[in-house]
Amino acid sequence: MYRFRQVVGSNTYGFKSLGELMAKATPARSGDYLAGVAAQSAEERAIAQMTLADVPLKMFLEDLLIPYEEDEITRLIVDSHDLEAFQPISHLTVGGFREWLLSDYATSERLEQVRLGITPEMAAAVSKIMRNQDLILVSKKCQVSTGFRNTLGLPGRLSTRLQPNHPTDDLTGIAASILDGLMYGSGDAVIGINPATDNVAQACRLMRMMDEVIQHYEIPTQSCVLTHVTNTIEAIEQGAPVDLVFQSIGGTQATNDSFGFNLATLAEAQAAALSLQRGNVGNNVMYFETGQGSALSANAHFQLDQQTCEARAYAVARCFSPLLVNTVVGFIGPEYLFDGKQIIRAGLEDHFCGKLLGLPMGCDICYTNHAQADQNDMDNLLTLLSVAGCTFVMGIPGSDDIMLNYQTTSFHDALYIRQVLGLKPAPEYDAWLKRVDIVDAQTGRLSSQMPSAFRSSLGRLLGH
Amino acid sequence: MKRTMNHMLASVDQGADELLVSNPWRDLRRFTDARIGLGRAGVSIPTQELLAFQLAHAKAQDAVHTPLNIGQLIKDLSAIKSDCAQPPLSLRSRAESRSVYLQRPDYGRLLHPDSEQVLLDYRNTTSQSYDLVVVLADGLSALAIQENATPFLQLLLPQLARGPIPWRIGPVCIVEQGRVAVGDPVGEILRAKCVMLLVGERPGLSSPDSMGLYLTWSPKAGLTDAYRNCISNIREAGLSYEEANRKALYLLNEARRQGLSGVQLKDRTEDLVLTSDEVRGNFLVSTKG
Repeated sequence: MYRFRQVVGSNTYGFKSLGELMAKATPARSGDYLAGVAAQSAEERAIAQMTLADVPLKMFLEDLLIPYEEDEITRLIVDSHDLEAFQPISHLTVGGFREWLLSDYATSERLEQVRLGITPEMAAAVSKIMRNQDLILVSKKCQVSTGFRNTLGLPGRLSTRLQPNHPTDDLTGIAASILDGLMYGSGDAVIGINPATDNVAQACRLMRMMDEVIQHYEIPTQSCVLTHVTNTIEAIEQGAPVDLVFQSIGGTQATNDSFGFNLATLAEAQAAALSLQRGNVGNNVMYFETGQGSALSANAHFQLDQQTCEARAYAVARCFSPLLVNTVVGFIGPEYLFDGKQIIRAGLEDHFCGKLLGLPMGCDICYTNHAQADQNDMDNLLTLLSVAGCTFVMGIPGSDDIMLNYQTTSFHDALYIRQVLGLKPAPEYDAWLKRVDIVDAQTGRLSSQMPSAFRSSLGRLLGH
Repeated sequence: MKRTMNHMLASVDQGADELLVSNPWRDLRRFTDARIGLGRAGVSIPTQELLAFQLAHAKAQDAVHTPLNIGQLIKDLSAIKSDCAQPPLSLRSRAESRSVYLQRPDYGRLLHPDSEQVLLDYRNTTSQSYDLVVVLADGLSALAIQENATPFLQLLLPQLARGPIPWRIGPVCIVEQGRVAVGDPVGEILRAKCVMLLVGERPGLSSPDSMGLYLTWSPKAGLTDAYRNCISNIREAGLSYEEANRKALYLLNEARRQGLSGVQLKDRTEDLVLTSDEVRGNFLVSTKG
């Protein structure tokens, strides 16, 4: 009853379904072992990769990994597939697609033209037979630009989300972290708070607070409170100043059911945010977060590997033209991504798949204290992703999120990689940093003195 | 010669001062535990801060592996003065060790068959039915439960037992190597209307002792997170016991009134108390002197 068969010497390897073949072809990670879908040996994995390389891309349009009738994300993927865009790659196998992507023929323009012809499953499949350098090279060629109050994703730019979380949502504590971030040039992607408690009143209070700061200093950026989408809809109804709608999303309908929303909820929220007309550069009003392992965590993975489920989440994202998509790669813990090596691989895969599908992909380069990882692993991933043209990373004081209890990239980290690779923030934000003297307009370096506007705010609080 | 040496040292010192840029807003640390105002060498973190971070990371990693002291916890709980106090039940999940626990979250969500039997036996000894069962799970920080569970319950349980419609409260159940979802089968077997689970959250660099609270109405095995409400970061230096108690009372009473929990039950507790930050306001935009 094998769908796919490969004879190697005296051994015959068989794979019962496309989903099983995809799972066994996936580079090793703890979450796939946890799900019981990983290859049982290194040889079986290598054979699965060889077998997967021979699969025609067309097969992914016929052989649906989760049935059409059972899952609204499958329906979204199938119904929105663009056959005309698919035409230039329709004759290829997965292995041939890898070479097509790496070839000089696949320019940024051609990659954009085929974008809507690529399904998440095709992207996931090809990523499984690509080395880290392949993922980086192709990602770098994919250009995705979005806008709200500034322009994100342009070549030569690396943006940051300023993440001023506080364990009790204390306004002064949050303001202190915002000030710290601004002084280090962080926050052009978004100033985004994870609230300590999911509460509509609290979310509105934080939205108003950030809105005041953005208006007071005329900062060309946007704010977001990362609360449940239904809370944000309520906040909009109550007249709160909502820039971006946030939601964590997964790649199966059952995952999203466990998160308490569906595609219709997201559509309602997007329409509500658009009705406020708060962006002056662009109309991308959604901010999504994803991460390998969420489907399995909700027991909603349909025996698929976690990276394939993750890629399917990008179909959800691209349906709503997001400003930002953030794969929170090391947050979920060692049962899904065991160590630095697995976290790094997953980060590169997610960024590649997201960019290939046309998403403004950023990465929360992070780890928890129960994972086998440390700051050096994060330095490696930050460097690799920035070379790959990652749209944005997180920025937090000293890498320590005192609310979510994990470590992510610091304000300093972003400055390190901007300096090494010659990257700049979004153009509107870059100009603002110079206008208010956070950055010295002549040298392009951080000013050694605190700018006067911020110095006086600080003086009022501290009584200087 | 000596004179030249002194001169050289002096000039090196002066150079070092210029290399390190300090941040005048570091004083704001009195308002937050966040690592703000670190200063910089070029754009990078000063050596002292780098080493302090590594020490904190080492401590947090160690905290993950410290086991729950059950004997001490039971002793602490016995001090709670409540009419409904019953001896705690000691249970465990199907994860046999910390190492298995870390790699098999599915085992941490299931009760060990021996523990299921303990609960069934207990249920068969009593005709009592319960409105609420409290479950304590070590999670990723036994320290959090060890330090915070008793003082928090000391506030909450007496109020629940003496409210306008008193809650009938079952025995406190302690689950070793337990995750959030393990509370549901405990509540289900004891036929409780509601289960409230306290769990050690993943330790942060500045908070190895943070406790989370999860509430499920009509608990049964297999429910997803969408059916639970959460209060996070309960500890002395985080969300205070008083504040957590207020939020928990609200959620419990609303869950009982509406007969549900999870995303349909929103936390609408407004902040009743003017905290210090409300008085100070948002200093970044305030014009108050």
